[in-house]
Amino acid sequence: MKTRPPPDPRTLIFHLGMATCAAGFLTLLVLPFAALVLDGGPLAIWRGFQCALTWPALRLSIETTTVSVVLVVLGGTPVAFWLARSKWRSARWLETLLQLPVVIPPAVGGIALLLAFGRRGLFGGLLERMGFSPSFSPVAVVMAQVFVSAPFYLHAAVLAFGRLNPALLTVGRSLGATPPRLFFRVALPLAKPALIGGAAMSWARALGEFGATLMFAGNMTGKTQTLPLAIYAALEVDVRTAQALSLLLVMFAFGLLLALRNLDRQTDGKPQGAVLTP
Amino acid sequence: MFEHLAAAFEKRHAGVKVRLSFAGSQELRIQIEQGARVDIFASADERHMAALRKQGLVRAETVFARNRPVLVVPLSNPAKLARFADLPKARHVVVGSSEVPIGAYAEKILAAADRHYGRAFRARVLAHVQSRELNARQVLAKVALGEADAGIVYRTDALAMKDRGSTIAIPSPINTIANYPVAMATAAATPDLAEAWVGFVTSKAGQDALAAAGFLGAPPTAANASKP
Amino acid sequence: MTASASGKLSFALECSLGGFSLQSSLDLDAEPVALVGPNGCGKTSLLLALLGIHRPTRGRIVLGDEVLFDSATAVRCPTEARRLAYLPQDFGLFPFLTSRENVEFAISCRPDPPARGERRRIAVACLERFAVGHLAARKPRQLSGGECQRVALARTLAAAPRALLFDEPTASLDVGARAEVRALLAASLHELAIPTLIVTHDQGDILALARRVAVMENGRIIACTSLADARRSPANAFAARLLDAPAP
Repeated sequence: MKTRPPPDPRTLIFHLGMATCAAGFLTLLVLPFAALVLDGGPLAIWRGFQCALTWPALRLSIETTTVSVVLVVLGGTPVAFWLARSKWRSARWLETLLQLPVVIPPAVGGIALLLAFGRRGLFGGLLERMGFSPSFSPVAVVMAQVFVSAPFYLHAAVLAFGRLNPALLTVGRSLGATPPRLFFRVALPLAKPALIGGAAMSWARALGEFGATLMFAGNMTGKTQTLPLAIYAALEVDVRTAQALSLLLVMFAFGLLLALRNLDRQTDGKPQGAVLTP
Repeated sequence: MFEHLAAAFEKRHAGVKVRLSFAGSQELRIQIEQGARVDIFASADERHMAALRKQGLVRAETVFARNRPVLVVPLSNPAKLARFADLPKARHVVVGSSEVPIGAYAEKILAAADRHYGRAFRARVLAHVQSRELNARQVLAKVALGEADAGIVYRTDALAMKDRGSTIAIPSPINTIANYPVAMATAAATPDLAEAWVGFVTSKAGQDALAAAGFLGAPPTAANASKP
Repeated sequence: MTASASGKLSFALECSLGGFSLQSSLDLDAEPVALVGPNGCGKTSLLLALLGIHRPTRGRIVLGDEVLFDSATAVRCPTEARRLAYLPQDFGLFPFLTSRENVEFAISCRPDPPARGERRRIAVACLERFAVGHLAARKPRQLSGGECQRVALARTLAAAPRALLFDEPTASLDVGARAEVRALLAASLHELAIPTLIVTHDQGDILALARRVAVMENGRIIACTSLADARRSPANAFAARLLDAPAP
């Protein structure tokens, strides 16, 4: 009978090290949510539902984030396709510029939006003369959400289109596919799993958006007070209510991301692992 | 302004370093409840102070300053407001959310104004309220940026931004006063110094500094102790 | 499957790509020509230049009586209109479509596509022609290498091309499938009789499929002779090794 050789100590240390890092990291990321849930419990969720701010905020959040993600995908996909395939140097600059909303504090983003589209803003003055003033309206909520969440989708989409197998695109063209057909029937289906992942990230960011919304859209129940804003307002009154609303938001977001991950799986019958790919 | 007080305090007490932590009253309250180590807590919101006192986390508080709400309009005054009574003319009004003190005061002021002026004053103003901000500074920011034609903030905030907006006083019969309490934490690491701080801000030197920033001084001595 | 009326494929072009320059010319009649040369000498780049993916700095490409590219008169036919079929090494099947849908894609890209209802029938007929009709509903990852190659061929010919460009047609296949695919290819190419350029490293491919051999070195085609002549007197050491011929 063959005896197993003694395990290599370096391999053991490697595994131990990895496990320790993973444990530490997961603790930091998961424990706060566990604490939130355990401290509140099901009674807390019930209390959250009963708060007067909840339903208008939840409905507004769902409506605005849905519109935002649709706009981001519709507008961002062609831009990402062009950026990924462009050979100009300026395309790289533009790509970096489009990542900027991620770096600046959302409140500053809100101020920037005001300076551009507010009543006295660069563009806003023109808009107001036409009788259309986005600030303090659900339109402003959507604009703020698109502003902060688009970079996540763009980044994923540029990566996705950049990684497309060029041979497949060449084959498509050689078979006679015109550029529109190539885009819709070859490039998009090939990129779809990663695009869905990017859209999920974008949606999640829009859902949690607070600072820019508060600054640009204001805080009016039913009109511009999304769930994150409602949570912050509830915090002024009773931290328990804020906790309850937060649990609600977390549950909703978790369900959404899980559903999108399943969609990602169904696309090709086996896991693509692309939902949370940056 | 608190930085000035801190610097003056450090000058009087050689070798002492004052560390200041600024945040919204409710955030600070939560931090203290969750065990943050502090010696002194000063707040713009009496409710949070009372809650901490009930939990035994702070000693009895002293009102060390007071503030008056004012009406503030952009420099260009697009709604052409001359007096507080003109407020219903403003089509874009921003006030504090009712959960925060400045918003609660705004509600009280509007209710008082309704009784004083009649003609559905409050309802007409409320119809023009575009946003309820979560603190006074944000109300001020919206007015300064020209997004709102008018807002209700504290006098001290309005003075801090007087190059970006003009102030319109709210008539005394309608206006309210905000009380700012300060208290020692029961678990203060240096109780003597903490007591010295409270003494300092209520002393003449401290009160002069506060007055320079636009605060009203502490109420007359008889009312200094908090109500039971 | 239609046998397209074809003519010669002639080209003479110069193309500069990064630090590499391509300068080749060749005339292809309606018979398969093997293009051989060491890795990196520009074989795939030449195929892409013929397709129109790389833009030549100078030159002319003519297929039959149509000028696909002419730098002198600024004529440039877009890739999708050239009807030069391209078969890459890994078959190029769209992974998100079934075999039948892959073939239907090619059918729907024809300049004058048949009605929608017809396309399905024609696609299945194409697949059956290559003995893979029973795999119509399978996706490429469910097929073996040899089966993929057959579906790819079915798809290519469903597009009714006027010339064929193969890039290492048997490199991704195991030894058993190679012999099978070579036989199939030889028969199909013979039947089609259109200009065909086959980039290959494989002696078996050359012997089974090619009538002529073009030798490429550093971006230039230095010789193009019949297979027999290439074996008798190879153009360079590489060709000699490849064809088991005595060194030049």
